[in-house]
Amino acid sequence: MRSKPLAFLRNPFVQKTGRSPLFLKVATFAALLFLHFPIWIIVLYAFTTEERTFKFPPPGLTTEWFKVAYERQDFWDALTLSVKVAAASAGIALVLGTLCAAGVYRSKFFGKDVISLLVVLPIALPGIVTAIALRSAMRTIHIEYGFLTIVIGHATFCIVIVYNNVIARFRRTAHSQIEASMDLGASVFQTFRFVVLPHIASALLAGGMLAFALSFDEIVVTNFTAGDDQTTLPIWIYTQLFRPRDRPITNVAAVFVIAVTFIPILLAYRMTREAEH
Amino acid sequence: MTESDPRQVAIRFTDVARHFGNVKAVDHVSLDIYDGEFFSLLGPSGSGKTTCLRMIAGFESPSSGSIQLYGEEVSKMPPYERDVNTVFQDYALFPHMNVQKNIAYGLMVKRVPRKERERRVGEILDMVQLTTLGKRKPSQLSGGQRQRVALARALVNHPRVLLLDEPLGALDLKLRQQMQIELKAIQQRVGITFIYVTHDQEEALTMSDRLAVFNHGKIEQVGTPAEVYERPATSFVASFVGVSNFVESDQAFKITGESKSFTLRPEKIRLATPDAATPGDCYGLNGTIRDVIYLGMYTRYLVDTEAGVDLTVVVQNLESTSSDVFAARKRPVKVLWQKAHNRAVEE
Amino acid sequence: MSTDPTVPTTNPPLRSKSPIRLISNFLYRHSCLATGLLLLLPLLWLVVIYLGSLGAMLIQSFYTYNRFTGQVIEEFSWDAYKEAFTDPDLSPPNKDVIKRTVRMAVAVTIAAAILAFPLAYYMARYAGPKMKGALYLGVMLPLWSSYLVRVYAWKLILAKDGVMTWFLEKLGLMPVLDWLLDIEGIGGNSLSTSYIGVFLVFLYVWMPYMVLPINAALERVPKSLTEASSDLGARPWYTFLRVILPLSFPGVVAGSIFTFSLTLGDYIIPSVIGTSSYFLGALVFTQRGTVGNWPLAAVLTVVPVVIMMVYLSVAKKLGAFDAL
Repeated sequence: MRSKPLAFLRNPFVQKTGRSPLFLKVATFAALLFLHFPIWIIVLYAFTTEERTFKFPPPGLTTEWFKVAYERQDFWDALTLSVKVAAASAGIALVLGTLCAAGVYRSKFFGKDVISLLVVLPIALPGIVTAIALRSAMRTIHIEYGFLTIVIGHATFCIVIVYNNVIARFRRTAHSQIEASMDLGASVFQTFRFVVLPHIASALLAGGMLAFALSFDEIVVTNFTAGDDQTTLPIWIYTQLFRPRDRPITNVAAVFVIAVTFIPILLAYRMTREAEH
Repeated sequence: MTESDPRQVAIRFTDVARHFGNVKAVDHVSLDIYDGEFFSLLGPSGSGKTTCLRMIAGFESPSSGSIQLYGEEVSKMPPYERDVNTVFQDYALFPHMNVQKNIAYGLMVKRVPRKERERRVGEILDMVQLTTLGKRKPSQLSGGQRQRVALARALVNHPRVLLLDEPLGALDLKLRQQMQIELKAIQQRVGITFIYVTHDQEEALTMSDRLAVFNHGKIEQVGTPAEVYERPATSFVASFVGVSNFVESDQAFKITGESKSFTLRPEKIRLATPDAATPGDCYGLNGTIRDVIYLGMYTRYLVDTEAGVDLTVVVQNLESTSSDVFAARKRPVKVLWQKAHNRAVEE
Repeated sequence: MSTDPTVPTTNPPLRSKSPIRLISNFLYRHSCLATGLLLLLPLLWLVVIYLGSLGAMLIQSFYTYNRFTGQVIEEFSWDAYKEAFTDPDLSPPNKDVIKRTVRMAVAVTIAAAILAFPLAYYMARYAGPKMKGALYLGVMLPLWSSYLVRVYAWKLILAKDGVMTWFLEKLGLMPVLDWLLDIEGIGGNSLSTSYIGVFLVFLYVWMPYMVLPINAALERVPKSLTEASSDLGARPWYTFLRVILPLSFPGVVAGSIFTFSLTLGDYIIPSVIGTSSYFLGALVFTQRGTVGNWPLAAVLTVVPVVIMMVYLSVAKKLGAFDAL
């Protein structure tokens, strides 16, 4: 394309050459910066010497708050509860999500769309809806709020995470693999064990970990389904936000939570990537 | 095909139909395939040949009719209980297992002792010339090697019937031709009934003892390659197997004096000078060469004839060069062929 | 011939009468039943627990709350609905809250689409495999990592003597900020107590949900299509507007389901950042939590459900579900 006086009016999204337009690069970089900058800020503030305000730049840096936070028993209790809840919810979601994915993948009839919608609904509808609905139901049948009710709530919206991961893998698996296995003499169960399971294993693991991360982080539904003495980590942090005196500890806990959630995400990412290549 | 045939029937289709919704994929097919035969199911895509193969394997069950495997009704039997193995079009090798494990899979699920498993896998690897690649994963193999693994994985089970679903389709021409010869050799050596699905008529003619030509879910003709090629039963067979000139009834009337349509193979026609005499046992038509396609080994001419029909004529390039044949364009000619080469067909 | 490896030696029997094999055969022959068995448990869970809960909520929305005794009367009535939409004494008026929330959700959705599109486009069109992986991770990490902590980060950023103020001062842009904060309706005392602040945080937290569906939709537009378009003489803008945008639009709609829905139902962000004025989620939370007016809370929850149902049905028409 010859250069024209109004070349700058050209659409930045379409270029004939394989090189990306400058505008696009800048916009991409800006969007990524926007997404990641706050996380760096969190890390930075964990080391600030300033206790009272959110002054920037921090007047000095210290690691003292890590020690203080380490000694806070309520933080560790909340963390333990969250890990337990997340593990249980991810476990249930893993079973239900996988069964559902297998069923929908096999199913030939029209109910497919309805089931897919039903699975997505708990996260497609605002969290407050799921929360209030579950609370209403639990109120109606007079169930006691506690560990179990939290897990029921979390598992419900975690199913879709596992479901999506597993069904995507099923769709990438050639059906002839299953036929080949049966052709070679493997029964339905042998085929599942030797062919299907190895195929979906990494998707299961990835889905399970993402479900774990989602549950670990959840607050809206938890607020409505937890009993008075169940403080999950997000609830703990939430109450901390309104305690100005604890600010340094909140900062440290925030970094800790970010670090803990990064691990399953990175692992899940690696596993799905490997399976794709 | 007759009742008195002494050979043992390996597969018997009796009035088998398979519908998918309103689509009749297989439309009341009856067929006998004999023990030890190399039998091809030939037809264009969507003609029902693959569905037939899948019904023998057990991946589909017939909507009606019966399928017998060595005299036993199998139409409701799951694939893992049939003594039949398949070489898949996409090979369907298990990507998470190495070559040895892939091949040993059938023996493993049937709980063959490890020692025997290893022996048989080793032997079959030798046979398909992959002895050194046992530890590789399928992703580390070439297309031809994968094809051999797929074959070995099926053969190691000593099935009574081996099903091959366009197994050479993904290979390039040279390799395909080499594998055709090899497959035929392996079949003769092991003596297992091979049922081979292909849409490539040349492949079917090269390899088969007998073949069935499929079209629209029905079998148009069953016979040896020579029978099918030389005496096509229908115009479809004539056009699908090899190249044929098809002469419709009113044009045929101008040539033979009878309004019965016929087909004529292009290699049976000779080109002569316009004033050449027509021998008594031949038909002769004057015409003009409209187009010339030079194909190296032979040349294909398209001739406009006085009877109003275009005839394709194939002539081997025994002495002629490309410049010779191209010079023939627009030239008036006479086409000659023996009357005996006309094949009357149903329309 | 006896040394030929393929001559049958000891073929194991293919048939077996073991109970497991019999079950296997049964399942194979009745594949619909097998599919049904697979779906039974998850469907039971989703229908009984989830749909059941939604039903329970709907029922409760027809109960009546007695303001004086603070008790819920379990009889059918439309009182809660009447109260929710007509009661002028209710503070703050619910209609205003709903309007404000929907407006915010729309603003966040549009901004997210604008911000996310170039990133998704770059990922789909220009990034090499390695770069693509890195960018994907760059979007996934914030999406999955702790929501609450990321909200908290903005408290640090938007605080009066926080990061944002420092940067704006350095850049000499404080007057611009003051001018923005003075605007009626979106401004406030400081960034962290203004609608602008709330908007920024919503945008930040939900934007990744927009990037991935758009990217997925763009990945599905074959490169040859843009080449064909420009080959046919279309100007780049024309190609973009007529080819790329329509084909990637389902992705935008799919992403908007998340940004819209999540903004609609969130009560955490406005409580951590922002003015004292209510958003829908916070209103529900208060009615349930501090007041104990369950019927009203249920009614106010039915509102976003209805809004989302309409939204989802439109999105489905636009083909967004294929892009999910």
